[in-house]
Amino acid sequence: MAFEVPKTAYSGKLRQIKLGSGDKALTVGGETSYSFHLFEGEMPNLPKIAMEVWDSPPEEWPQAALEPFLGVTEDPVLWAKKCIDDYGAEMIALELISTDPNGLNRGAEEAAEVVKKVVEAISVPLIVWGTANQDKDSEVLSKVAELCQGKNLILGPIEEGDHKKIGASAIGYHHTAIASTPIDINLAKQLNILLGNLGVPDEQIIIDPTVSGIGYGIEYVYSVMERIRMASLTQQDEKLQFPVICNISKEVWKTKEVRIPESEDPSLGDARKRGILMEAMSAMVLLLAGADVLVMRHPEAIKLVRGMITDLTAA
Amino acid sequence: MPLTGIEIFKLLPKTNCSECGVPTCLAFAMSLAAGKAELAACPYVSEEAKVKLSEAAAPPILPVTIGVGERALKIGGETVMFRHEKRFENPPGIALLLTDSMDEKEIDEKLERLKSLKYERVGLTLQPELVAIKDSSGDGGKFEALVKKVVQSTDRGLILMSDSPDNLSVGLKVCADRKPLLYAATKENAERLITLAKENSCPLAVKAPGLEELSQLVTKLTEAGRKDLVLDSGARTVRQAFEDQVIIRSSALNKKFRPLGFPTIVFPAEMTSDPMKEALIASIFVAKYAGIIVLSDLRGESLFPLLVERMNIFTDPQRPLMTKQGIYDIGGPDENSPALITTNFSLTYFIVSGEIESSKVPSHLLVMDTEGLSVMTSWAAGKFVADAIAPFVKKSGIEDKIKHHKLIIPGYIAAEQGGLEEELPGWEILVGPREGAHIPAYLKTWQA
Repeated sequence: MAFEVPKTAYSGKLRQIKLGSGDKALTVGGETSYSFHLFEGEMPNLPKIAMEVWDSPPEEWPQAALEPFLGVTEDPVLWAKKCIDDYGAEMIALELISTDPNGLNRGAEEAAEVVKKVVEAISVPLIVWGTANQDKDSEVLSKVAELCQGKNLILGPIEEGDHKKIGASAIGYHHTAIASTPIDINLAKQLNILLGNLGVPDEQIIIDPTVSGIGYGIEYVYSVMERIRMASLTQQDEKLQFPVICNISKEVWKTKEVRIPESEDPSLGDARKRGILMEAMSAMVLLLAGADVLVMRHPEAIKLVRGMITDLTAA
Repeated sequence: MPLTGIEIFKLLPKTNCSECGVPTCLAFAMSLAAGKAELAACPYVSEEAKVKLSEAAAPPILPVTIGVGERALKIGGETVMFRHEKRFENPPGIALLLTDSMDEKEIDEKLERLKSLKYERVGLTLQPELVAIKDSSGDGGKFEALVKKVVQSTDRGLILMSDSPDNLSVGLKVCADRKPLLYAATKENAERLITLAKENSCPLAVKAPGLEELSQLVTKLTEAGRKDLVLDSGARTVRQAFEDQVIIRSSALNKKFRPLGFPTIVFPAEMTSDPMKEALIASIFVAKYAGIIVLSDLRGESLFPLLVERMNIFTDPQRPLMTKQGIYDIGGPDENSPALITTNFSLTYFIVSGEIESSKVPSHLLVMDTEGLSVMTSWAAGKFVADAIAPFVKKSGIEDKIKHHKLIIPGYIAAEQGGLEEELPGWEILVGPREGAHIPAYLKTWQA
């Protein structure tokens, strides 16, 4: 019995979508096989990493995560520029933390002005992430969409409950919709259908399966993403053939495991390196399951993951 | 590939003697196919049929055990490409690499970390299982001395690595009773290694450049009667090693290609000299199909996330991880501290306890056994409702720990508030937030 490389019978292909506008616009998606299965398919666009920027200074970040951004966290424009100039960010993800009704509860108008300043100061694609409070996000993200018309922002999270309002703004002002559902392939498909029915073009949808990090249920999203990819590529499920975005950094850096100092529990080792690896490994697991865009925080974690994408696709 | 009842029937004597306890050979074949009978029940089955049937019944990826006793590590035996299709069976063993060119101090420190690094999580102990001892000096005496040292220092499973069959044989004499994995049979030394593995009944690693040569070599070894094999495709670049892992698993499962139906061994230790990168490479192979992952060093900052990832990926998707029922003290609470209740789904527990911790408000957290269901699911299933919660609260012993009689319930089961106040006379039931993320803000307003 002679050895022969077994090939998966792929019948579908992921859509390619364009993110951002101008020279630095990026294309993601287009895979014809499971991620990094280059012996049996193609990944015409390698996964991209967006660097996380907050619109208000973080108060709870562990030292290791804050250190690379000292001096710029008061100003999202400076922060975003630092990510691009110093750390080579190819995308920025602006988290509208300040709009959280349980926090600063900043108004839509004011928040949108900040987004506008950031988008005008940078040329790489900009992801704008709300607080997952549907009423507030409807208000804020719609305003953002209007004020940044034509920039092809990537707007989310858009959930079933607010998809009409934010979806309509995405159509009207031409932005990409982050279709966000809670770790479930059927709900993901349904929201894509709803957005389609509303009139959001297929080229303007990206799936957010809702992610979590190592130790906090990453196995659930891992399997949901694998199932989504399987349905898109081997079962021609057109309503799932979209690229996937994973906003992983927030999830990792809020856990207690990245905070415990080595002095408190020596068996956990160096806290800074541990945090970087928790983020990088979580991102790696998601990449294997089919992530096309990762939102990440620590420059060293990003560097490690970029290196791994390069190595996994090396000629 | 399992045979159908009809295929099995063709291999049976077809005498309908009924001595197997079933009236006809066909009925017996059907029972065999369904796994309800043993072939041994048929007194007249031919040797040829026995071989064919046992081959057909063998799992597509054979399980291999390394080591003995409590530390015996089982790898392989996998049946699916994707964990959602069923589950992954045997987590890859994590091995620490020691070579006889390292100085005494380095070896001692690495062994010490191997022994001391372990983590308790949801009632499981996470730790590395193996030591790979490598002859890199080419000196049999040095290799033997290192094997001796390791054997005396730890009872973990062993991998003996040498290019020289003579040195392997010397090292093996010191630890044959531990049934180490011998690394590795190659085209050049296959005969010697077959003999060595056979005489000591040890599992044997097989190394060849590329999958084609590897398949041929494995065929040779299996024909010589070796069944406990571990595969090394020789790849030391990340891309090739990853693709080989996928192709090996897929060949065995999807093509029923026997020569590749064994667990694998991968060497992140030999793919980079950067420890952070090495850890990240290892994280790929935890998810994608390694049987053994060999690391150059064990450090808490990389070992901990790796072991937790491994636990996550190898969790049975049908059976949620559960936390033990009981009262968990967070941040050193006293009799005036708040008491909260949640379910024992491990994720629920991790999130709730993490949020309480970050609130810096010392608290008592009551974790109730809901068979691993989350708050909303267990509530919907009638397992996390007033009738069930009240007896648990009474028996939990929380009344001895707090002076106030206030219990905070998750916002999602607010509907149980009235029922609970009825079932727990004298208690005030407070409705907490729905989302874990809002717990810190809620607790900061706590007054006993």
